[in-house]
Amino acid sequence: MTDTDKRVIRLDNVSKSFGNFQALKGVSFDINHGQKVVVCGPSGSGKSTMIRCINRLEEHDGGSITVNGVELTDDMANILAVRREVGMVFQQFNLFPHLTVLDNLTLGPMRSRGADKQQAQGTAMEYLERVRIPDQANKYPSQLSGGQQQRVAIARSLCMKPKIMLFDEPTSALDPEMIKEVLDVMIELAEEGMTMIVVTHEMGFAKTVADTMIFMDHGEIVEVAPPSEFFSSPRSERTQLFLSQILSH
Amino acid sequence: MSVNRKALFRYWKVSQQSRVVATLQYLVFMASLVWVVVHGANQMGYQWQWYNIPEYFYKVFEGEIYPGRLIKGLGVTVDLTLWCVGFTLLTGLITALLRMSDSISGRWLSTIYLELVRNTPLLVQLYLFYFVFSPIFGIDRFWTGVICLTFYEGSFVAEIIRSGVQSVERGQWEAGDSIGLTRWDNYRYIVIPQAIPIMLPPLTGQIINLIKHSSIVSVIAVADLTTEGRNIIADTFMSFEIWFTVAGIYLVLTLSLSMFVTWLENRTRVRT
Ligand SMILES: Nc1ncnc2c1ncn2[C@@H]1O[C@H](COP(=O)(O)OP(=O)(O)O)[C@@H](O)[C@H]1O
Ligand SMILES: [Mg+2]
Repeated sequence: MTDTDKRVIRLDNVSKSFGNFQALKGVSFDINHGQKVVVCGPSGSGKSTMIRCINRLEEHDGGSITVNGVELTDDMANILAVRREVGMVFQQFNLFPHLTVLDNLTLGPMRSRGADKQQAQGTAMEYLERVRIPDQANKYPSQLSGGQQQRVAIARSLCMKPKIMLFDEPTSALDPEMIKEVLDVMIELAEEGMTMIVVTHEMGFAKTVADTMIFMDHGEIVEVAPPSEFFSSPRSERTQLFLSQILSH
Repeated sequence: MSVNRKALFRYWKVSQQSRVVATLQYLVFMASLVWVVVHGANQMGYQWQWYNIPEYFYKVFEGEIYPGRLIKGLGVTVDLTLWCVGFTLLTGLITALLRMSDSISGRWLSTIYLELVRNTPLLVQLYLFYFVFSPIFGIDRFWTGVICLTFYEGSFVAEIIRSGVQSVERGQWEAGDSIGLTRWDNYRYIVIPQAIPIMLPPLTGQIINLIKHSSIVSVIAVADLTTEGRNIIADTFMSFEIWFTVAGIYLVLTLSLSMFVTWLENRTRVRT
């Protein structure tokens, strides 16, 4: 494979403003197939904005974003094509409360992948087993614990058979005793070779899974390094400060 | 669970007590009102003819029962209302979608419509339709009434739908987007189903308004309940009895509708 073949995400000088406030100030990086990237940085530094631009939940207003060979523009067909290949897990789970767990999982494949019901349900049960809650298939999200809900949300994304998974602080809204069950599912997913971008402050997880750490501050990427380097000898002062704060408690 | 039951029971008892008090207050109030009316009518020398009223509900002719004029009028009112409900929901939905769309012309169109309708009197709108548009397009009285009421109520329904849709969390949209749903599928499978329980109470209120406002078509002589009442009074001069009866029929209609919707709400709430 050549380098260009392996590159599944490319951000080139991406910027994004909300009104007068510039949330992203020229962010660039490439992500290869199978790569696991953990993004960290202080609150408000633009982490969410950056990964939300990748599946166009936010519209970037400068630079270019290419996902899976498709450049994100206003073209709705392109956007839908990208979204089918990019799964997203949210901090607040965002499960559909009016649908059962099973229906949460089959909706996407049936409506945007054109799968038939049986096929979709088969896939859904497969992934529910993978996240270890097949017995909850017919419940409603509100009947599940936070950790179970987040695992359902992960399964919902996986049912779309995405090539890339984005996680935006997937464990920040969870009670401490539930964090592990979600992280375990994510570690498994990483071991299977999924391309992942994870925004998280779970540094233990980062050390286990990440092959690249990205540190963001004030809408910029401050530091990119493999975890060994990143944690032992961060180059930038801002990274050092951030790490000392986050690792001290 | 048992704690919940207890709380529920306590709530039920309290609401039961306050309901008894409210019913008593209501009965006392109504009794005084009836007394005032009867007393006043007697002072005026009004001749009550309640015994003449039943024939306006039904007539028996050669052993068969036929609807009386009030029931026929009620039929027209219900018919008119049902058509209007259908068209109103459609108009409201389209207007709301246009208003929330990315299309600038769509947003303009819906805003102009909303502002026009909400800032001119319903009666003037009815005259406009009846004297201007209907002759031009050759529309009869009944459909003129339907179109005018649809036009009017649709603007309110549009706002109810819009606020219902916007009350669904942004995260729901985003989750739908993230699994590749089109905007339309997002509405259909995610947003609208969640917005409906929120919209149901104000929509019921709007349909009740529609039933009440439908009486305005009597000014263009559509033979609805109000028109029939007027006609009967013109023949018989029983204005007190007929107006009380007509008001009573409207009341039964609107109250049974809101009771039905309350029942419906309770049922859907139990399911999820
Ligand atoms: N929809 C929005 N409207 C206005 N400002 C926003 C919006 N979303 C994010 N921001 C601002 O952009 C900045 C970056 O936000 P975000 O990407 O959520 O940061 P992070 O995820 O790193 O905490 C913050 O200052 C935030 O207030
Ligand atoms: Mg964030």
